Amino acid sequence: MTFLIQQTLIYAVPLMIVALAGVFAERSGIINLALEGIMIFGAFIGVWFVRLMQVVPLFEAAKANNHWLTLQGLEILAMLVAAIFGALFSLLLSFASVNLRADQTIGGTALNLMAPALVLFLIRIIANQNTLQMVSGDAASWFMIKKTTLGFDKKADLGFLGETLLHKVYLATYICIILFVVLSVLLYKTRFGLRLRSCGENPQAADSLGINVYRMRYAGTTISGALAGMGGFVYALTTTNCASNGDVAGFGFLALAVMIFGNWKPLNIAGASLLFGLFKCIAASYSSIDINGDGIFLLADIGISAHLYRMLPYLITLLVLAFTSKNSRAPKAEGVPYDKGQR
Amino acid sequence: MKKLRESAGFQSVLASVLSILIGLLVGSIVIFIVGCTSKNLSPAVAWDGIRLVFGGLFSTGRDAAGALTWGFNPTNIGNMLFRATPLIMTGLSVAMAYKTGLFNIGAPGQYLIGTLASLMIALGVPSESVPPAIIWLLAFFGGMLAGAIWGAIPGMMKAFLNINEVLACIMTNWIAANLVTWMFDISNFKNVVESTKTGYIYKTTFNNVATPKMGLDKLFPNSQVNGGILIAIVLAIGVYVMMSKTTFGYELKACGSNRHAARYAGIQDKRNIVLSMAIAGALSAAGASLYWLAGNTEFFWSTYQSLPGTGFNGIPVALLAACHPIGVIFTAIFMSMLDIAGLQLTNLTAYNEYITDVIISVIVYLSAFSLVIKMWLSSRKKKTEKTEGGSAK
Repeated sequence: MTFLIQQTLIYAVPLMIVALAGVFAERSGIINLALEGIMIFGAFIGVWFVRLMQVVPLFEAAKANNHWLTLQGLEILAMLVAAIFGALFSLLLSFASVNLRADQTIGGTALNLMAPALVLFLIRIIANQNTLQMVSGDAASWFMIKKTTLGFDKKADLGFLGETLLHKVYLATYICIILFVVLSVLLYKTRFGLRLRSCGENPQAADSLGINVYRMRYAGTTISGALAGMGGFVYALTTTNCASNGDVAGFGFLALAVMIFGNWKPLNIAGASLLFGLFKCIAASYSSIDINGDGIFLLADIGISAHLYRMLPYLITLLVLAFTSKNSRAPKAEGVPYDKGQR
Repeated sequence: MKKLRESAGFQSVLASVLSILIGLLVGSIVIFIVGCTSKNLSPAVAWDGIRLVFGGLFSTGRDAAGALTWGFNPTNIGNMLFRATPLIMTGLSVAMAYKTGLFNIGAPGQYLIGTLASLMIALGVPSESVPPAIIWLLAFFGGMLAGAIWGAIPGMMKAFLNINEVLACIMTNWIAANLVTWMFDISNFKNVVESTKTGYIYKTTFNNVATPKMGLDKLFPNSQVNGGILIAIVLAIGVYVMMSKTTFGYELKACGSNRHAARYAGIQDKRNIVLSMAIAGALSAAGASLYWLAGNTEFFWSTYQSLPGTGFNGIPVALLAACHPIGVIFTAIFMSMLDIAGLQLTNLTAYNEYITDVIISVIVYLSAFSLVIKMWLSSRKKKTEKTEGGSAK
C-alpha cells in the first residue's frame, strides 16, 4: 500500500502542476498546447543545472559530508532555474499569440517540435549521447529523503503515515503540492486571479473596465510556462532518475487531458491527476503491486494488459469530452486572439 | 510583372521562402554559437556545419585532406525522394483538412493506425497462396481504410458533439500509440530471426511483399527510392483535382469557410466534416503504407511513449505550401532534403541531425504568423502604390 501511494504521488504530482499550468494559460485565453515542449525544455535545463552544480565545491562537500539540507537547497534551486527557463521559453508562445495574433495551436505545435529538437541537439553535443545524466551518483543518493537522512535508525518503524510520507520521498513532491494550493487560491481568491479569468471569458468586457488584456494574457502564459518547466524537471527528477533525453513520455499531453477531465477547476484537477497517476503507476508496475501486503499480486492475477492501463487516461478523457461537451466549462474566449477594435 | 507581384499566390510563395530563409539562418546561428562556445568544436567546424545545412544534398563526403567535397550524389537524391513520400501524404492530409477549416493534429495517430493495418495485412496474408502484388494492394487500401476510420472519430466528435478537433485528435493520437504497441505486442510479427535487433517488426520482404521500384533504382543507385513517390505525386494531383475542380471539393471548402452559411445553402455540413477528416486520415495512413511496405524499412513497435515525427512534420509541410496540394509535393521534398542534410551533418561533423528539426520548428513557428508577413507585404505594396500615385500627379 505504501508503495502504491508513493508511486501514484510520483506520477500524479507533475501531472497536477502541469495541468494547473494549462489552467493558468487557458483561463487567460491562450491555448497552451506547448505544455509538453516546455516540460521537455524545463527537464533539460534542470538536469543540466544539477550537472553543472555537482562539481561546485560547496555541493561536492555537502554530498561527501551528508549535509542533506544543502542538497535539498540544490534541488529547490534547480526547480527554480527550470521554472525561469520554462517561463522564458513560453514567451515565444505569448509573443506569437498575443502581439502577433497568430494561430495559437500552430504556435504551440511549433514549440512542441522545437523543444525536443533543440534539447537533443544540445545533449548530443554536451554528453555525446542521447541522454543527459548526472555527473556522478543518482537522484536517489543525492536528493531522496530517507529515514537515515532524517536521523532515524535504519530499522526504526515510523508507522504507516511516517513510512509513506517521510521515507523514500522527494521534497519536490511536497513543494509542488503546496504551490498547487497557493496558486489555486491566487486564481480564485485574489483580484489578480479574477482579472486573469475575466480575460479568458470576455476580454472585451475586461478591457472596458480598464484591465490590460495583453498584460494579463502574458501573465497567464508566463506562469503557465514556469509551472510546466518546473513540472518537467520534477518529472525528470522523480521518475527518470534525474536524466533528460528530449522526451517526457507524453506527460504534457496527459496533463492537457487531466485539465479537460478536471473541467478547468483546481480541485477536480487534483482528483483527476491522482486517478491518472494511479493508472500510470499500475501500468508501470502492476505485476509487483501487493495491495494488502499478503503476498497476493491481485492486479497481475486479473490479467488485464498494461497497455490497457496506459491507454485508459486518454480513452476516459475522450469519453468525458463526448458526454460533457454540452455543458463543458472551457473558458469562452480561449484560442481567440484579442483584437481591441473588434466588437 | 506587377500583376504577378500582387497576386495572392506569389505572396504565399514569398512568405514561405522568407520563413525558410529565416529558419535556415536561425539554424546557422545556433550552429555558430555552439561551435564557438563548445570545447570540442571550433569555428572552422561550425563553418563546415553551416555549409552542410544549406547544401547537404550535394555533399559527397570528405577528401583525403579532410575538406568537404561536393558534387551530384544520386544516393542522396534517391533517399530524399524516398523520405519525401510519407511526408507528401501527411502534408496532404493536414493541408486538405486545413482547407476545410479543420486542424488535423491527428496525423501521427492516423499514420500509426495505417502502419498497424498495412503491416498486419502485408505480413499476415500468406504469400504462398496469394500473389504478392494482391497482398500489396490489400495492405495499401487496408491501411487507408483503417486511417479513414481513425480520422473519422475526431471528425464525428466535431460534427455531432461540437468538440474541438485538436483536443480529440491529441487523445486519439495517444490511444493509437498504445493500441499499436499492444497489437504488435500480442502479434507474432516481432522480428526474432535477426537476434541482433529487438523491438522491431519483420520487413515486408519477409513475406515477399515490397513496393515495385519502377526503374527508379536504376536512376538513383544505392538508395531506398521506389515507386511510392510516384504514387504519392499522383495522389497529390488527385487531391488537387478533387478540391479545386469538383462540386464535392467546393462543398468541403464551403463548410470550412462558414459552416452555418454552407448549411443555409443546402450543404450537409456534418457529413462533410466527418468526410474531410476521414479523407485526411486515409491520406496520412497511405503515407504510412507507402513507407512501411517499401520492403527495406523496419518498424519499431514499442512506440507507446512517442508519436512518429513524420506525422507531425506534415504540419510544416502543409503550412509551408500554404495548404496547396501541388505545393505540398515541393515542400515535402524540401523537408526531406533538410533531413538528408542532417544525416550528412552527423556523418561528417561533430554536429547531429537534430539541428534540422530545430530549423523545421522555427519554420512552423514563423508560419504561425505567416498571415502577419503577408499583411506586411501587402501594406508595403499599398505604400508603394501611394507614392507611385503621388508622383503621377
